[in-house]
This record gives sequence, C-alpha cells and structure tokens, in this order.
Amino acid sequence: MTKVVAVTGNEAVANAFRQIEPDVCAAYPITPQTELMQRFAAFVSNGQVRTEMILVESEHSALSACVGAAAAGGRVATATSSQGLALMWEILFIASGLRLPIVMPVVNRALSAPINIHCDHSDAMGARDSGWIQLWSENAQEAYDNTIQAFRIAEDMNIRLPVMICYDGFIISHSIERIEYLDDDVVKNFVGEYKPLYPLLDVENPKSYGPLILTDLYHEVRKAHSEVYKKVPKVVIEVAKEFEKISGRKYELFENYRLDDAEIGIVILNSAAGTTKDLIDEYRDRGVKVGLLKPRLYRPFPYEEVGNALKNLKVLCVLDRADAFGGSFGPLYLDIAASLCNFSQKPILINRIYGLGGRDFMPEHAAEVIEELKDIAKTGKITKLKEYIGVRE
Amino acid sequence: MIGWKDIPPGMVILEAGSASKIKTGSWRAAYRPKWIEENCIQCLLCWLFCPDNSVKVKDGKRGEFDYDYCKGCGICALECPGKKGNKAIVMEEEVK
Ligand code: SF4
Ligand code: SF4
Repeated sequence: MTKVVAVTGNEAVANAFRQIEPDVCAAYPITPQTELMQRFAAFVSNGQVRTEMILVESEHSALSACVGAAAAGGRVATATSSQGLALMWEILFIASGLRLPIVMPVVNRALSAPINIHCDHSDAMGARDSGWIQLWSENAQEAYDNTIQAFRIAEDMNIRLPVMICYDGFIISHSIERIEYLDDDVVKNFVGEYKPLYPLLDVENPKSYGPLILTDLYHEVRKAHSEVYKKVPKVVIEVAKEFEKISGRKYELFENYRLDDAEIGIVILNSAAGTTKDLIDEYRDRGVKVGLLKPRLYRPFPYEEVGNALKNLKVLCVLDRADAFGGSFGPLYLDIAASLCNFSQKPILINRIYGLGGRDFMPEHAAEVIEELKDIAKTGKITKLKEYIGVRE
Repeated sequence: MIGWKDIPPGMVILEAGSASKIKTGSWRAAYRPKWIEENCIQCLLCWLFCPDNSVKVKDGKRGEFDYDYCKGCGICALECPGKKGNKAIVMEEEVK
C-alpha cells in the first residue's frame, strides 16, 4: 500500500533514508541540505533506525568518514550542498577511485562568492567529472524515487560506484508537494541486504585500500576505471524497471517529452523542466512542434541515446543553470553538443543561462526561448550562441 | 606487469603483507643510519620511532638495520639517547 503525503523534498529523502537504514551516515549541515539531515538525525535519536550517525566538523571529514565506513564494509550515506560539496572535492575522487558505493543527495545551491543559499547547479556541475554517478530529479517524488534506486545502482556488483542524487535547493527541498511513499518493507526488500565487497573488517582476509600506483600502472588503473562507467546505463535501466514494478512509476536515462515529432527542442535539468513542459503543452495546442529532453542519468552521460533523441530537431536550446566562467558554454550544453557533433544531420544549437542563485525560472522565460527558437527555425539566423536570460540590463 | 583488464576493482590489494615485496630502501637518497653497538643501551627507542619498521629486534634485543626498507629519514639517530652522550646511531653518507 503506498501512502500519499504532503511533504518537502528534504522530508521525502530523509524518509527514504529511514526506510533504507544505512549502517553509517556521516554528515555536516549546510543550507538547504540541513533539513534533510536534521530529520534523519531525529530518526536516529528516536531509535527509529540503528544507523551509526557521525557528526563531524566539516564536509571534508564527513565524506572521509563515509569512505572509511564504506571500505570497512558498511552501507553508507551522506548529503550536502554548495560549499559543502566543494569542500568534499578531494575526497569525491577517492570515494569513486576506491569504488565505494556511497549514496549522497546533493541539494543544489549556488557557489560563493557572492554568498547565496538558493538554487543553481554550479555545485554538482563542478563535481560532474569526479567519477560519481549523478541522477537529477525534477521534483520531490523523483528525489525520493532516485534515492531508493541509487542504493541499488551504487551497490551493483558490476558497478560499485558512489551516486549523487541532485534536486533543486528550496524550490524542491523546501516546497511541500504531494508524494507517494512506498511501504517500509517494500523499500527494504527492494534495496535488499547490503553485500560488501572487500570489507576491511573481514580481518581473516587482510587487504590494502589506496596503494601508491606510479607510472608503471596508473594509466592501466584509470583505463580499467573508465570502462566501469560503460556498464552503468544498463544497470540504471534494469533498476528502473524493477522500481516500476513496486511503484508504478517509470524511469529512463532521460525523459523524452513530446520530442518524437518535434522540430524545436529544449534540454533542461530538474525543476525548471516542469515549468517548461507546461509551456510546451500550450505551444503544442497552438500547433508548434516543440519538445523537451530532461536528463536523468547525467553522469555517466548517455551520449549515444541523447544524440539519437535530438538529432532530427531543427533547432535546440540547452538551458544551463550554471555558467562555465572563462569556458565556452554551460556544462550541459557542452555534453549535448558533444552528443550531436558526429551526426551529419543535427539541429542548430544555442545555449541560455538561467536561474542563477535561485532566480525564478518563469513560464515567460520558457516562452521567450521557444519564440527565439521559432525565429531561428524560420530564418536560420542566430543572434547569440550563449546568453543569459531573465537578467536585468 | 598486468594489463588493464586484470586490474581489481578500486585497485584494492587482496594479498596480505605484499608491501614487503617492494624494497623501498632503494628510495634512500643521501644518508643511511649506522649502529654503533658499544654505545647502545638497548632502550629500543629506535625500534619504537622508526616509521618503516626497519630496526630489527630479536629476542628483545636490538638487531641490525633492515636497509631493504630503511628510507634514511634519521629519526632513529635523532631519538637515540646513546651512552654518556655518545650516540649509538649516526647518519652516514650513502655510498653508491
Ligand atoms: S633512518 Fe628512518 S627509516 Fe631508517 S631505520 Fe632510522 S628511523 Fe627507520
Ligand atoms: S635508540 Fe640507540 S641506544 Fe636505544 S636501542 Fe636504539 S640504538 Fe640502542
């Protein structure tokens, strides 16, 4: 029996943690993640879970403790945002390099300076090549569902990689939505009992984590590591199919929204995809062939599938909620452009930066983009490849 | 040397004590410790402080240095109290 509740995104993810009951959770509070960990810490204090909660003095220590606990042989989770993720930077690569299946919600928030507590994607985008799998979530339901699936994906014996679940700070983390909770035992059965690989606490079989590997072997170690990511999409799809059986909710590598016969396309992540879909429906009613692609598995990025889904469009705007200062384009744009570059037939591409530091992405912004794409489709002329939208002159 | 297909997940090493196969003493650069037995009071501080397990002890008695793993850091020489102000460990220039 699913239970329908009205909760915040953070509350939903904390409930997923309660249902999964990791062995160890080491975390440090940071807005807008704080509410999630505060709620989970309450479950620990009230004896609702037997998780070992380690309260540390920084995010660097939080993830370091998670690395130790995961190598010891435990199911491990943490969560962070913004500066906290930035402070974890060094350890992110150690967690992935050691193949430790740590699960970490990242409640997306802008980076300093200037200091800002609201949503954009610059935190998780900065960590996109750290070797963590990234699942992005449009709303609280997706954040809850992705968190449950993340444990299965991370812990798959062919993968054993850490996973971030990204969802928008405040917009999703602190807004109350209608959520369907699965039953506790259904979630527990779905994630199953934790099976450690090479646990350090198995003292009968001593082992060494993190050896020094120099010029004669490092290159081979990294090649072997890069091969693992090729196995991830298949596992993500398998886990999604099983999740559909218990939830009735369907997940794929990305959401294809009215894209199949579209001429005009938009690629956008997370909560702003919801707003954009409403506008797409309005334009479709007026006969404009517009569709949307919302990435879910952003790392590893499914280039081939994304390229095939977009190649027949005439024009395409990639909307980034993060800038790449001094670089060419926003991070999402670069991945989409790379997905399309080897097709002989491909759309004209533009990049728009929106919503930094929690600036609202309004229906009129989506409309502005669609209008511009209509013009480009008609004239073939681009005024600007990359530009900010919703910015005061 | 193994190829990439034989790399274990996370490069975790499952063979216990395999570090002994790598003779890190070859990294020693300029100096090596020398034990002067007549100045030794058998306090075993050198054994306690050595970061590389390179002071050998047998039957509770100070033995020779293990130059296969000694990195020549000089910690043992610094800590050694010796006898009446005469050190039982001195650092000598490495002869190649
Ligand atoms: S020089 Fe350093 S490594 Fe060598 S025996 Fe002395 S303390 Fe140990
Ligand atoms: S520290 Fe010096 S005196 Fe003490 S056991 Fe070692 S060599 Fe001998």
